[in-house]
Amino acid sequence: MALHRFANPARFMRLSAAILPWFAAAAAVLLALGVYLALFVAPPDYQQGDDVRIMFVHVPAAWLASFIYLLLALASAVAIIWRHPLADIAAQSAAPLGAAFTALCLVTGSLWGVKMWGTWWVWDARLTSVLVLFFLYLGYIALVNAFDEPTRGARAGAILALVGVVNLPIIKFSVDWWNTLHQKASVFRLGGPTIDPSMLWPLAVMAVGFTFFFATLLLLRMRTALIAAKIRALRLAEIERLRPARAAARQQVLT
Amino acid sequence: MTAFRRLVFRDLRLAFRQGGDAAMVVGFFVLTVILFPFGVGPEPEILSRIAAGILWVTALLAALLSLERLFQADWEDGSLEALALMPLPLEAQVLAKCLAHWLVTGLPLALVAPLLGLLLQLDTAGYPVLVAGLLLGTPTLSLIGAVGASLSLGARRGGVLLSLLVLPLYIPVLIFGVAGIEAAIAGLAARPYLLLLGALLAAALPLAPVAAAAALRQALE
Repeated sequence: MALHRFANPARFMRLSAAILPWFAAAAAVLLALGVYLALFVAPPDYQQGDDVRIMFVHVPAAWLASFIYLLLALASAVAIIWRHPLADIAAQSAAPLGAAFTALCLVTGSLWGVKMWGTWWVWDARLTSVLVLFFLYLGYIALVNAFDEPTRGARAGAILALVGVVNLPIIKFSVDWWNTLHQKASVFRLGGPTIDPSMLWPLAVMAVGFTFFFATLLLLRMRTALIAAKIRALRLAEIERLRPARAAARQQVLT
Repeated sequence: MTAFRRLVFRDLRLAFRQGGDAAMVVGFFVLTVILFPFGVGPEPEILSRIAAGILWVTALLAALLSLERLFQADWEDGSLEALALMPLPLEAQVLAKCLAHWLVTGLPLALVAPLLGLLLQLDTAGYPVLVAGLLLGTPTLSLIGAVGASLSLGARRGGVLLSLLVLPLYIPVLIFGVAGIEAAIAGLAARPYLLLLGALLAAALPLAPVAAAAALRQALE
């Protein structure tokens, strides 16, 4: 399988070193352009005024929150099936980023809610599912770090990620249903799919910029994790190498 | 099949001889439910409005309480390793343990719930759906819980971790359980909600043992 060619850590380090500056540059340029478009070019909404600009952070964060969970589950599946250490590292590096984007989505959504709905929190179906997603991320991170043996944590986390991805649609569906049952008065919201092109373009630029930003951070975190593992291995080897010499020295002292 | 039955009876015997797993779970359920009138006030209107939610949330927490012991004792004294060597597949063993767990926790909860419903002034129309919903929903809780319990075997702070892993996955069961009771009280059909609870059980029945067995295998490695 072609994918296996990229699973070699040494090759990954070479490739990622080559890609990283380009990704970082793309993220910087797109985010700068996106922020400019979102703050100065995009028109204020006719009902929400300038508050609508929260959308340009909120929507990309929401999109990344679910995209990263999918990536996490995919990496976990690869880790379980082919036992690639690199897939484990990818999953573990992605999880805190996913949690951070989910938190960003919740916070910006809450701020937007204060201006639009007059309250920090509404038990809206989408908000609730994102909150549950946040707890799934936290559970994954807690489980991975809960064992003394890192490999055990990685395996358990991989299984949990797959269980979570099976459950996510069920939770989403049930929350949607629960919401339509309980919340008869519908909350005022932005008019669905008909979004004006003048707002769509800045949003698209921001979304792509956010994705590059995430990819840059992910590669950086994976490289850091690999380097940390290498340092640990080198230290252990050093201890092993020194052991006979120390033992001999101790022997000399004793005699 | 004999091995399956023996495993169920073994776990049941252990639960009864060690005394009080079931009693503790039911005791927790009763006590926690009794706390609510003190918290929200004794007015019958308020209590009957929130009775369904209180009963389900508390039953869920009570079921969670005993999950940690599902595999913990067997794992600590090494009998889990002996069990893994049995010809009976690990998946079937997980199923047997879930059945035993449900018989000592879920079933008593479903039987006690109507009594507590009386205390909380639950509308008469809600009782059949409350019991039927708990009977259909609590096995799913045991099955999902088995996945969490096997994943957190040997983890630091296992108990807290377990609730963090399992509670988000319990949300659908809670939603449909409560919605069914409220539909019955409002004079609507509760059947769709019971069917949905059954569907969740039908999905968890084959999937959860596979995930839990995979987790147990890597815990034993």
